[in-house]
Amino acid sequence: MTTAITTATTTTPQPHRDRPLERARWVVADTWVVARRHLLRLVRRPDELLGTLLVPVMAVVMFGFVFGDALGIAMGVPSADYREFLLPGLFALTMAFGIGTTTIAVASDVRGGVLDRMQTLPMAPVAVLAGRVLADVLTAVVELGLLMGLGSLVGWQWHGGAGAVAGAVGLLLLLRLMFSSVGILLGLLVSGPEAAMKYFALVFPLALVADTVVPTALMPAWLSGIAAWNPLSITVTSTRELFGNPTATPTSWVVEHASALAAGLPILLTSLCVALALLRFRRSVR
Amino acid sequence: MTGHAILAEGLRKHYRGRGPVLDGLDLAVPAGTVHGLLGPNGAGKTTTVRILTTLLRPDGGRATVAGRDVTTDRAGVRARIGVVGQYAAVDDVLTGRQNLDMYARLHHLRARAARQRASELLELFGLTAAADRSVGHYSGGMRRRLDLAVSMVRSPHVLFLDEPTTGLDPRSRIAVWDAVRDLARAGTTVLLTTQYLEEADRLCDRITVVDGGRVAAAGSPAELKDRAGATHLDDVFLDLTGRPTLTGALR
Repeated sequence: MTTAITTATTTTPQPHRDRPLERARWVVADTWVVARRHLLRLVRRPDELLGTLLVPVMAVVMFGFVFGDALGIAMGVPSADYREFLLPGLFALTMAFGIGTTTIAVASDVRGGVLDRMQTLPMAPVAVLAGRVLADVLTAVVELGLLMGLGSLVGWQWHGGAGAVAGAVGLLLLLRLMFSSVGILLGLLVSGPEAAMKYFALVFPLALVADTVVPTALMPAWLSGIAAWNPLSITVTSTRELFGNPTATPTSWVVEHASALAAGLPILLTSLCVALALLRFRRSVR
Repeated sequence: MTGHAILAEGLRKHYRGRGPVLDGLDLAVPAGTVHGLLGPNGAGKTTTVRILTTLLRPDGGRATVAGRDVTTDRAGVRARIGVVGQYAAVDDVLTGRQNLDMYARLHHLRARAARQRASELLELFGLTAAADRSVGHYSGGMRRRLDLAVSMVRSPHVLFLDEPTTGLDPRSRIAVWDAVRDLARAGTTVLLTTQYLEEADRLCDRITVVDGGRVAAAGSPAELKDRAGATHLDDVFLDLTGRPTLTGALR
């Protein structure tokens, strides 16, 4: 027993704090270790991922088939066309709903003392956050893959080239990146995972007062004005264009600049949230 | 490392709206000993541990851990301590091995060294048989032992245990005590907080009784009992804090 403890001391390298390059390398390594933890959880509990996908899958059934005819008629298109319109909206919606997973997971880690322990390690604090974000985005890749597969079963397909499709997927992942960082910030601020679950209902107006499921043209003017500026709408409009799916958005300044905004807005909000989260994270050392 | 592993002088901390939690607390823990911080709820035990483990800044006073200042050299302190909080800070979904491997890598061991260290620690804490099971299926005592193992990844000079056996059944408690004793025998300095007098009595070389953010008494368990003319630490505790302990009240 004594030997096991002492021999380990010799195999433990001291962190190289002074050299910036070495430090950056450790930030990357630490980020991957943290991300790996979250991914291993998913592998061990695949039902969690399936649970996350339940909402969009139900939405495909409910909106695509139950309300699809009515909405198609309201839009003046066949319901198959409505489903082409619907799927990119649901992709974005799934990215938005990921905020719940992130917030609850971070709040649980705060409650469980995992974040406290990580703060007493010689690792970079930013890696704790970056690892979570990386895991979220990688999970989103899997989610999108599954949803696009499901979409193709109900008649959705892309009409653009490979570059355009990659662009659309990229914009959706940027959206998840944004919601991940917002979720981290909220997870650090709420009192616990229970509170995070209660606040989750707030995602619904954010997800639905948008150009996701119901075309904004069918909303009252004041509502469609709000919906137009919803980051979700901006991403959805751009992805519909890139996938070559029908859009039903009246032209406006936002729509004309949708691609730039869809790329810029998430990056801006992510940077802001990461900065605030880091501040909050560090401030927990009062 | 000779002399004091932990040295704190006049630690003060107050939270807005709650008044002082620590009111000039002094603490000296010689290297290689097991030291108990004993006191009722709200006495300032956890706050002391959080300051000494760099998770909280004191409003006044100073402290060194393993010779490093806890406010000016936080990284130096962090590289030399292990911390076990009140909750077992391990991932329930992952296996014991995966938890240890993750923390070893966050301690900046290379992948192979991390795997090896994880196996060593599982062996050391009697968890090899359960190594590849999900921690969610561990008993309370096994979780605590895993938590201890995680904090020992880097063979810290000083190990902080905040109420290490709270909520454990008697058998698990004894298993954790055994693990702590083994660590102390191997040269690790241990500071533990506890509400259980029996724990302090059986495990600690020296005890500091804390009440209202100050030191009410300090000494070896035997000295404290002698001083109060008591045969049981419960009576010492009652004497010092004016509050009976749960076990004392039941006697």
